[in-house]
Amino acid sequence: MFQNAKINEKIAFSLLRMAMGLVVLFVLVILYYIISNGYSVISLEFLTSMPAKRMTAGGIYPALVGTIYLIIGSMAFALPMGILAAVYLNEYAKPGKVTWLIEMAISNLAGTPSVVFGLFGLAMFVKYLGFGPSVLAASLTLALLILPVIIRASQEALITVPREYREASLALGVTKWQTIRRVVLPAAIPGMVTGAILSVGRVAGETAPILLTGAAYFLPRLPESAFSQFMALPYHLFVLATAGTNIAQTRPIQYGTALVLLIIVLGVNLFAIAIRNHYRKKMHR
Amino acid sequence: MFKRNGMEKGIESLLFISAVAAVLALFLLCIFLFRDGILLFRDYPLSSFLTEKSWYPTSINPRFGLLPLLLGSVIVTVGAIVFAVPLGIAAAIYISELASPRVADILKPFTEILAGIPSVVFGFFGLVVLVPYIQDAFDLRTGQIALTGSIILGIMALPTIISISEDAISSVPRSIKEGSLALGSTKWQTIHKVTVPAALSGISAAVMLGIGRAIGETMTVMMVTGNTAIIPGFPSGLFEPVRTMTATIALEMGEVPQGSDHFHALFAIGSVLFITTFIINIVAGHIKTRYKFKL
Amino acid sequence: MSDEFTNGTEIEVRGLNLWYGTNHALHDISIDIPKNSVTAFIGPSGCGKSTFLRCLNRMNDLIPGCRIEGKVNISSQDIYNKDVDVVDLRKKVGMVFQKPNPFPMSIHDNVAYGPRIHGAAKKEIGGIVEYALRSGALWDEVSGRLSTSALDLSGGQQQRLCIARTLAVKPEVILFDEPCSSLDPISTSKIEDLILELKKQYTIVIVTHNMQQAARISDHTAFFLLGDLIEFGRTEQIFESPQKKETEDYITGRFG
Repeated sequence: MFQNAKINEKIAFSLLRMAMGLVVLFVLVILYYIISNGYSVISLEFLTSMPAKRMTAGGIYPALVGTIYLIIGSMAFALPMGILAAVYLNEYAKPGKVTWLIEMAISNLAGTPSVVFGLFGLAMFVKYLGFGPSVLAASLTLALLILPVIIRASQEALITVPREYREASLALGVTKWQTIRRVVLPAAIPGMVTGAILSVGRVAGETAPILLTGAAYFLPRLPESAFSQFMALPYHLFVLATAGTNIAQTRPIQYGTALVLLIIVLGVNLFAIAIRNHYRKKMHR
Repeated sequence: MFKRNGMEKGIESLLFISAVAAVLALFLLCIFLFRDGILLFRDYPLSSFLTEKSWYPTSINPRFGLLPLLLGSVIVTVGAIVFAVPLGIAAAIYISELASPRVADILKPFTEILAGIPSVVFGFFGLVVLVPYIQDAFDLRTGQIALTGSIILGIMALPTIISISEDAISSVPRSIKEGSLALGSTKWQTIHKVTVPAALSGISAAVMLGIGRAIGETMTVMMVTGNTAIIPGFPSGLFEPVRTMTATIALEMGEVPQGSDHFHALFAIGSVLFITTFIINIVAGHIKTRYKFKL
Repeated sequence: MSDEFTNGTEIEVRGLNLWYGTNHALHDISIDIPKNSVTAFIGPSGCGKSTFLRCLNRMNDLIPGCRIEGKVNISSQDIYNKDVDVVDLRKKVGMVFQKPNPFPMSIHDNVAYGPRIHGAAKKEIGGIVEYALRSGALWDEVSGRLSTSALDLSGGQQQRLCIARTLAVKPEVILFDEPCSSLDPISTSKIEDLILELKKQYTIVIVTHNMQQAARISDHTAFFLLGDLIEFGRTEQIFESPQKKETEDYITGRFG
């Protein structure tokens, strides 16, 4: 009987190990395909030249710039909003109906499919507010999409600030807001930065929302203003891979674009993880 | 003193407004989504939308049947969940119970990377690698079928399932596990008779959110499932091209005249999608808070 | 009793009751705490001594569901009056906590934190910091490294830094909530010496679960049990001839 239990355990643990191994394998295989096929395509020229010959040659410059615009635009809205909301929820909100409603709204925004955000952006920003398909409309749509991510990350950062800091400051006759500004926020900044950076990755990679709010199939120029249409890396990849003029011929460009996208997103993620670990060590000293 | 209090109050109000903006955003989202969705039913009966078996949005007598798209989403999602749930939970158990802290620290970034890869890159990978592979392996006319979508979606849902399950499993108090081990149970018996049941609510929430993630995914399914709007058989439908609700919106929105029935039909689909994920989120949140392990 | 309070009364509490939700945690406490002396609160854990201490600078306001009735006068001002600004009150009534809680900043910035926020001029700050660190008996140990992180100090040094930080705000009363409970004996005795030094200028109230400590440093002692103030008097009297049986039981180690 005991022998049986031992054998069962061996089998079970092997299965668990295999499951974990499979997950790791997925990651490695995907990275391998994109990197091994993409790295020879990437060059400074690829990054800085316009697409040429009906997108069958040339670079990805306008798509890269468009994605950077989207990152800046959406962060400019979502970051201050998200941090302020998190400070309210963590430091001021008292348990009750209003707080419940806010928390519920955040969780549901976080779980809403990105294509639904796209529909909303189309109906509200593009049509109702008359921004047209534009950098602005897409940035606002993406800002709403990442708002819950930023709020949650900021809340988590605030929770890790020891209660003792707050008490010590308040006991010195310092007001609540000054305590937050001088003690709580400085201690929480690394965590908030991590969250913000992670959502940069999200903005860079989202396709469905911008598809509905202003991403262009092809533009021979950079966006001139916030009200211009734009190209963006993820949509560019989608277009080339599914609807380009010559799908097979542009495969190298597709791999190159996918790799650039991957580098941005994962680079940003690694950077965030590095910051987090750096400060975690510092805190635990 | 009054000046200071005024300032403190002012700041609190500003912060409150920022937080309420989330509620406002959700509210506006519902309004704009439903408003354009409901307009469909001026010209097209709701009952047909719900029961009509075909989606012919551009024919002279257009038919806007939700069913093929809804079932397309369902079959792809079910396929994804069937393999992602056991795999994800097993990986979560491995990370939290078997792996040494050092190994766990190495493994966790893998799930984070997986979570970070953009869906369009998953779709691209599926299209250029998995689709031809599936086509050969099953000797099919095309590899762009529901199963391909399920596999990629499953992989995409893994990080959600793993990280939330792992949180739930790690938060089971050590004393409970030790109690079991002290009775002479093996580590595995402890895991599957004590630890996992104790973490079951968290794990269920993880599964729910994984389903939410899979059902709402757009680019990936659009790129690998073939996008044919017919009601899929089950399980034979897994090997046929299908079209999901999300893919329909993304594919067709670019070409519809704004304000047309077709335009409103896409918003109606979006509303269905939103309501579905809304319910999933509410249930997942409820499970999580209601049965949270009290330490 | 008036002859016992040669320095006059600093804190006057009348009929104070406190509830956490429905839990009635403090029952009808009345006490007069004299100026420029050390008053110790003793009692077994859970007796309400720390809770009562936190009523004196209204730190309990931070706890949701906490309700207080009764009167607390500090320097003849009712601190629970609607017109009282809790921020001003806490400037006047400083607090040192159980666990040293320096901010994750430099030693200098920790001490300068309060004065800066309260609007001290830039050129005054250096003087205030030195004064506070000297009064906190820490100056000689840290004067050469004021810009290093306060988190690098030892536990005892951190606690004295917290005291110095409190002194920099120039309070009239300092509340100590078991300030030595996480410190080694040498650090403890340094803090005790410091408290004896500080009582010349400040009114000090200290919560301690260490009866010897109360006996060593306090002028008056209050004994709490299960939310009641059982007995209050001169420290020698409490320890040598307690009037109540509960006090005697506690002092002689029969429970707690």
